[in-house]
Amino acid sequence: MSSGIRFDRVSVAYGGNTVLDSLDLTVEPGEVMALLGPSGSGKTTALRAVAGFVRPASGRVLIGDRDVTDLPPYRRGIGMVVQQYALFPHMRVEDNVAFGLKAQKVAKGEIRGRVAEALEMTGMAAYARRYPRELSGGQQQRVAIARALAIRPGVLLLDEPLSALDAQLRSGMLAELARLHRELPEVSILYVTHDQVEALTLADRIAVMDKARLQDVGTPQELYRAPRTEFTASFVGNANLLPVTVAADGVSFGGVELKVDTGGATRGASATLCVRPHLVGLGAGPNQVVGTVSEIQWRGATHRLYIDVDGHRVMADVRELREPPGHGESVTVYFAPEDAVLLAAGVTDG
Amino acid sequence: MLVHSRKGKWATWAVFFVLFLPLFALPLLVVLAASFATNWSSAFPSGFTTGHYTAATRGESLQALTTSLVTAVTASLLALLVGTWAALAAHALGKRGRRVLDALFMLPVAVPSVVVGLAVLVAFSKPPMLLNGTRWIVILAHTVLVTAFAHQSVSAAIVRLDPAYAQAAASLGARPSYVLWRVRLPLLLPSLTAAAGLCFALSMGELSATMMLYPPDWTPLPVQIYAATDRGALFTGSALAVVLMTATVVVLFVVSRIRTKATYR
Repeated sequence: MSSGIRFDRVSVAYGGNTVLDSLDLTVEPGEVMALLGPSGSGKTTALRAVAGFVRPASGRVLIGDRDVTDLPPYRRGIGMVVQQYALFPHMRVEDNVAFGLKAQKVAKGEIRGRVAEALEMTGMAAYARRYPRELSGGQQQRVAIARALAIRPGVLLLDEPLSALDAQLRSGMLAELARLHRELPEVSILYVTHDQVEALTLADRIAVMDKARLQDVGTPQELYRAPRTEFTASFVGNANLLPVTVAADGVSFGGVELKVDTGGATRGASATLCVRPHLVGLGAGPNQVVGTVSEIQWRGATHRLYIDVDGHRVMADVRELREPPGHGESVTVYFAPEDAVLLAAGVTDG
Repeated sequence: MLVHSRKGKWATWAVFFVLFLPLFALPLLVVLAASFATNWSSAFPSGFTTGHYTAATRGESLQALTTSLVTAVTASLLALLVGTWAALAAHALGKRGRRVLDALFMLPVAVPSVVVGLAVLVAFSKPPMLLNGTRWIVILAHTVLVTAFAHQSVSAAIVRLDPAYAQAAASLGARPSYVLWRVRLPLLLPSLTAAAGLCFALSMGELSATMMLYPPDWTPLPVQIYAATDRGALFTGSALAVVLMTATVVVLFVVSRIRTKATYR
């Protein structure tokens, strides 16, 4: 069963407090869509609206071609994995995985095979007879995924599935999730996270959310290279956001003319220029500005320089320097015209 | 421990024993000593005998013990059923409904049990609800009295139960009834057994409402004890009290063993 998810102007409110504001979003069949945003951005609410645990005040939720807005959770045919796993503590691993199949009255003879298959897929076959309390966090997470996959859902909802794990386990599980999705290409995945690395690594597309609203949707590359809003620029990767004025053939920043693609912006309008710190170089170049070093951090392979340019802070990540500049020293930095993105002012609400 | 210095610890223990022994332990020991005595005129009882126990475990007294056990078991199971059901329903009702139900179930605790006994007596003495003169009026009164405790402890446990379990179950395609039987009730089992134990203990010791209601062929042990001491047979009464105490403690112990087994994580 292959089915996507569609949010059709979905709004959710808790007692007059809007936590999700007319969300329009389509997850294509077989796609991994990450809902990325800070806490309180409405991303979890969106996921719970698909699962059926919150009722939209208005709008429809569709899974495949089916309008599920008024269906109870148990009729929706979804698999869900939550942050705290919620494995049933009174059941062995195999019974946890078999739970959905038994609840849906799958033939007894079939259950055994499907439980084994799901445990095999997540590498937990050896732990079938254990109780959840006898497993580590990472193992419990695998069981939770196996339990959700055993019912062969068309849609898999993952709510911050890795945030309870430590950093090392997390990157391992990320690779594991990517592998699972390659093995089950027909399953659509809605992945809620506040971690941009998880979203960038795993998602086919990312929906950036903030303040109950959808801010931006696109592939990770699109969002990273050409963010449409200041919020996206700063939440997906680091960004220098510089207030500029649109000029004839570029922008003016602190009295310096910089050549960038203005995309037909009105001359004289104020805008924000977004440049990724690792695309800022030390030395003279096409778009150069002069400033003083206010802070310098050694990060192993790179140096992070904070440079004060005309009262604005510019970050530059450069390859580790043999002789880094000292505090207060005057430096020249540059960036290539094609590495900068001009954001119209007023798009943001920050 | 909150007290760290050695002196402080000793002082705390001393206060504990000074308060605990005379108030809680000694009276029970006195009853135990009296149950083996035939005479108590000086500081200590005298005339050791096990005769009271021989009498206390046969005939009318044995009958009273079984009566008490049957009443307490039936009443606490009924209370558990009604209390759990109400607690689950109240949880689904939302805040205001929950408050109303909580208040209603607390009524029998707030009202003196003599009043509850009288109310039950008046209410069930006329057809069509004529229970007076049968064992059922005693069981009913006990159920009314202990349901409050069952309801209260179960609803506290339901509030503590992480809704993520029920939601995970629902997302896997389980209907609410399936979730209730396979997930929620098993997870509540420790609290259910605790509630059952509490109800049982309360029912075993109930006297004031029972006194107004018991028919001649359904005399619970506390009534028997009261009757014995009332006619001056203190030592017989003590033996009966020890039997009541032992029976209650044994049942509670068994229940707590079940509870340990049912506790996860």
